[in-house]
Amino acid sequence: MKERLGEIYRRDGTRTVLSSILSILIGLALGGIIVLIVGLVSDNISGKSTWDGIRLVALGILSTGRDAAGNLSFGFNPTNVGNMLFRATPLIMTGLSVAVAYKTGLFNIGAPGQYLMGTMASLMLALGIPSETVPPTIIWIIAFLGGMAAGALWGAIPGFVKAYLNINEVLASIMTNWIAANVVTWAFEASNFKNLVEGTKSGYVYRTEYNNVVTPKLGLDEIFPSSQVNAGILIAIVIAILMYILMSKTTLGYQLKACGSNRHAARYAGIKDKRNIVLSMAIAGALAGGGAALYYLSGNTEFYWQTYQSLPDTGFNGIPVALLAACNPIGVIFTGIFMSMLDIAGTQLTALTPFNEYITDVVIAAIVYLSAFSLVIKMFISGGRKRKKARAAAPEDRPVPPPEEAKAEKGGEAK
Amino acid sequence: MTFLIQQTLIYAIPLMIVALAGVFAERSGIINLALEGIMIFGAFIGVLFINIVQQTEFFEAAKAADNYLALQGLELLAMLAAAVMGAIFSLLLSFASVNLRADQTIGGTALNLMAPALVLFLIRIIANQNTLQMASGDAASWFMIKKAMFGYGRTDEMGFLGSTFVDKTYLATYICILLFIILSIILYKTRFGLRLRACGENPQAADSLGINVYKMRYAGTTISGALAGMGGFVYALTTSNCMATGDVAGYGFLALAVMIFGNWKPLNIAGASLLFGMFKCIASSYTSISIGGVFLFANLGLPAHFYRMLPYLITLIVLAFTSKNSRAPKAEGIPYDKGKR
Repeated sequence: MKERLGEIYRRDGTRTVLSSILSILIGLALGGIIVLIVGLVSDNISGKSTWDGIRLVALGILSTGRDAAGNLSFGFNPTNVGNMLFRATPLIMTGLSVAVAYKTGLFNIGAPGQYLMGTMASLMLALGIPSETVPPTIIWIIAFLGGMAAGALWGAIPGFVKAYLNINEVLASIMTNWIAANVVTWAFEASNFKNLVEGTKSGYVYRTEYNNVVTPKLGLDEIFPSSQVNAGILIAIVIAILMYILMSKTTLGYQLKACGSNRHAARYAGIKDKRNIVLSMAIAGALAGGGAALYYLSGNTEFYWQTYQSLPDTGFNGIPVALLAACNPIGVIFTGIFMSMLDIAGTQLTALTPFNEYITDVVIAAIVYLSAFSLVIKMFISGGRKRKKARAAAPEDRPVPPPEEAKAEKGGEAK
Repeated sequence: MTFLIQQTLIYAIPLMIVALAGVFAERSGIINLALEGIMIFGAFIGVLFINIVQQTEFFEAAKAADNYLALQGLELLAMLAAAVMGAIFSLLLSFASVNLRADQTIGGTALNLMAPALVLFLIRIIANQNTLQMASGDAASWFMIKKAMFGYGRTDEMGFLGSTFVDKTYLATYICILLFIILSIILYKTRFGLRLRACGENPQAADSLGINVYKMRYAGTTISGALAGMGGFVYALTTSNCMATGDVAGYGFLALAVMIFGNWKPLNIAGASLLFGMFKCIASSYTSISIGGVFLFANLGLPAHFYRMLPYLITLIVLAFTSKNSRAPKAEGIPYDKGKR
């Protein structure tokens, strides 16, 4: 009996993964089709560059630029892979933030604000504590924890007003996002952390390496030379595993999820529902703030502090990362890396073809859209008669990106 | 004072109309989180329309002849184009959430991601930069209603009402107010409106009385998409210099907030958006607002950041006092399943 149950579970799991992969393939195909249409309609774009664009949409991460003859060359590019891992770090964290909140029945659209508050706290601590008296490692830890604490505090506000004042958390999060954007600008304008050394740049804060605070590389820079990768990605992965354990193996996680599925039933069962709503938003905020800390404490990333008119994309991108992973903390690791892979593919597309990086955002949007009805897709995969239909329909989508290559790559990337 | 009222209206109207868009979707039972995305898309379509129109001979002729009727007609056509495309774009959401019973939050988020990405991708290819502007000059010069249209000279005074509500205003503003009133009446005083609201409260009961819930939800979301698309263009026209940048500065989300703030009721929403618009106006130009000749806000000596934060802070504070009574449509966000009881 146990074995059979396990088998069914596994089958369902494989179906979830399969439907995600199918969504990804369709998303990439759509990106290819749009590139194709734009290439055909526009007079300025030649057939060759259209073809280059289509290939880069799917395989940008493997791009090694152009060879002497001007053709695209593909291969393992350690710099790109390293940068991919570096950019994945904050995405995994904001993805975890959204995923954890979603599991507890809350839609955390406040990740950008929490991310900004985390940025502010960790940068101010990292630059403000004198490294002559305090060892940089200690400063790094303080700044990282400070970033998480600031994010937690900022996340707790929507949780608090939701639990005690019945204000919709989406609404409160939107408000706190913009308040955070203004607070951060205000604080940095009043501070003396503005980068005045490099006169050509205005509006940036000092990099933390000015205070010798740098995330250790742990030899990762030797595997991926001349990239920005550092130990942050490992920390993010460890935190993701910890969140998985917290959510599915502990009493606290069970209580949080119980409040998410039915607040009143949870209270009836003796769970403190108000406390738990605040707590799960605080955890979500801490994760987003921690993501910001990991990104900006790397030492050589710069923060543009006049941010009151815009919110950081990294915060919002946590939403697709979480949704694509079906809000599973372990899945977030892979989808975070996948998203930053598309990000790299976008920069390659801008650099090497007349197209631009925004097409990869279209791909992401299409994937998220498909993941909204993953149940239907799952039925599509498992249903016998429908499967034949799917096979008949599939070839129509395929000719655009080479499906074999895309599949092979996804096999290595997403799973 | 004139300046304050005009600017408040400019900020408040897009919010108001897009919040009403949210009401139509949510009252039919669909959470339309995609307002922001549809606004971005509508703004792009409207600006693109004007961009193309300005290169035609018809426009040149009309402008040379100061044919205000034709020019204002073009503005209306651009609004219509934005509304139609917004409605079409929103079909993606209705299809996912009505036919496929998908999670509406995720579907809306997908549209929010899709719109700026697609728009920026196209803008970059059309204009080779990140903003799509009018083909020539600025929109304001021929879109604005001016006193010259009514035979006033350059130095003539129109009086307080005239200079506040006629001179240098946009026709779009008044169209939006008119639409807002008409649609609110439709929502509350007609059979269609009653049925729509029933589908958001208790779709099973509505279905048992022979109302097609799917159709009603499609109708609600499509009206919502059209209004949001139009609102996006109005925002681009009046607030952001008629540029499409793949961004509406979070206005769609703010409209969502205004909708919840206004408790899903049109009259409250109008009030809420005016309040928000006023604080937004104070934030953006507090140094030049004079009430009876006194520069009140500039004299207070508070930093600009404080004023910029104010609209959001006020909303939170007001909500803290009012939200105990807030009540969302009962069936919103729940896909309708005929088999369920």
